[in-house]
Amino acid sequence: MVFDSSAFFETLFSSTFIVPALTTLGITFVAMALAIILGFGGALAALSRHRALRWLAQGYLGFFRGVPVLVQIVFWYNALPVLTDNAINLPALIAGTIALGLNEGAYMTEIIRSGLISVDPGQREAARALGMTKAKAMRRIVMPQALKVIIPPTGNQFIAMLKTTSLLFAIAVPEIFSTGTNIYSQNFKYFEVLFVVSIWYLALTALLTALQKMIERRFAARPRRNTAILAQEHG
Amino acid sequence: MALVEIKNVHKRFGDLEVLKGVSLNVEAGEVVVLLGASGSGKTTLLRCINHLETIHDGEIKVAGELVGYTRDKDGKLREEKDAVTSAKRARIGMVFQRFNLFAHLTALENVTEAPVQVLRVPPAEARKRALDLLASVGLKDKADHYPHELSGGQQQRVAIARALAMEPRLMLFDEPTSALDPELVGEVLETMRRLAASGMTMIVVTHEMSFARDVADRVVMMADGQVIEEGPPAQLFSAPSHPRTKAFLARIL
Ligand SMILES: Nc1ncnc2c1ncn2[C@@H]1O[C@H](COP(=O)(O)OP(=O)(O)OP(=O)(O)O)[C@@H](O)[C@H]1O
Ligand SMILES: [Mg+2]
Repeated sequence: MVFDSSAFFETLFSSTFIVPALTTLGITFVAMALAIILGFGGALAALSRHRALRWLAQGYLGFFRGVPVLVQIVFWYNALPVLTDNAINLPALIAGTIALGLNEGAYMTEIIRSGLISVDPGQREAARALGMTKAKAMRRIVMPQALKVIIPPTGNQFIAMLKTTSLLFAIAVPEIFSTGTNIYSQNFKYFEVLFVVSIWYLALTALLTALQKMIERRFAARPRRNTAILAQEHG
Repeated sequence: MALVEIKNVHKRFGDLEVLKGVSLNVEAGEVVVLLGASGSGKTTLLRCINHLETIHDGEIKVAGELVGYTRDKDGKLREEKDAVTSAKRARIGMVFQRFNLFAHLTALENVTEAPVQVLRVPPAEARKRALDLLASVGLKDKADHYPHELSGGQQQRVAIARALAMEPRLMLFDEPTSALDPELVGEVLETMRRLAASGMTMIVVTHEMSFARDVADRVVMMADGQVIEEGPPAQLFSAPSHPRTKAFLARIL
């Protein structure tokens, strides 16, 4: 095998991947935002005292975890227009983002649900006994404690999502991987191009990992103890 | 009119009837101790009073108002809106066996949270009042500590301060000392004694007989979801009339 280093460096330092990288990041953030919103809804439904809502959550979970995400992506882009007689005909970027978000929402439902049930029911009881409405008890007391459990796996999902966006090459969304495939299908430098593609993904993953660490540190932040009171205590 | 009026209350969990027609009145300023064997329904009765549990029959009024229900024109009870019940609950303090302090908030924030969020007290004012309350339970220097940094007795005293911050007209205590190490029981009982002396209306489930004897105006004995006997502590402890009260006291004294 010959490694064509000039083709490699040319591809690495060309500006070709800048816009696709931004596209990949954009899809990741929008799809995750959608997934987190769906996840909150799904988790609340899964824990609801109404059976119909619990069933709905179960059905959502079962369906989206059971069908391969690539099938869902192609469905949203290619099958939906046919199914609706072109009434719904989404651009690839939007169809793909929706498909990824909906699918990820199922996983976020599980993550948020386990976060919520990790909080001692006594916390909610105490909040209710103090006169908080259900919504306020959730927002002020249960959710802040659940977030400590929800945030770390959500960070991992973010990073997984970043890589999953590469599946959108199947519907020709101009993200990093499909941009790479376009290049190597012309110059046949498969290895050099995939190497560059990998470097881009690694860089973005590193960026998200740094972000994740920062956010986790903030939420794990323990006592901001009033120093005056501390001094009094030990003084 | 009694502050708390409990009339013929029935409560079931599935097929299990836990309260079988409980009636009890508590006057303003009165301290009532609830006694009874495990499973007799003491906790359930307390939780029905502030509508943490629904009831199936009968009614409970606090300060003349139904809690958790409204009465239809035809006399049937209907669940009322969460916001309405919540507002009524805000004036009923509750202290739990396992403290249930908000784990993500400091002692001070535990005490200010509900006044600010529920009663819309300005934060600065709530803070000042919370510090006074923490001082009154002997914990001013622990204001910035998180619950996990406090002993059980200290946590329970913060929980009492948290309930008092809502200026309740009634305080419910569910075995407030039974999760505590023996040497920490005294400090919590002392706080409760002072609260009783200040004129607070209290319904207390406890196995602390010295507290019942010294502080209670009335002791109510429950068995199998019913009130079987009640009276002033001196009378009930020295001359119980119901055989089950006798058996219970013999075991516990
Ligand atoms: N949420 C619930 N679901 C089903 N059964 C319950 C529930 N809460 C209580 N019970 C049952 O109701 C009965 C009365 O319980 P309760 O907690 O009121 O008793 P208690 O007098 O407070 O007992 P203890 O002294 O052990 O605290 C028990 O048989 C208990 O198992
Ligand atoms: Mg109990």
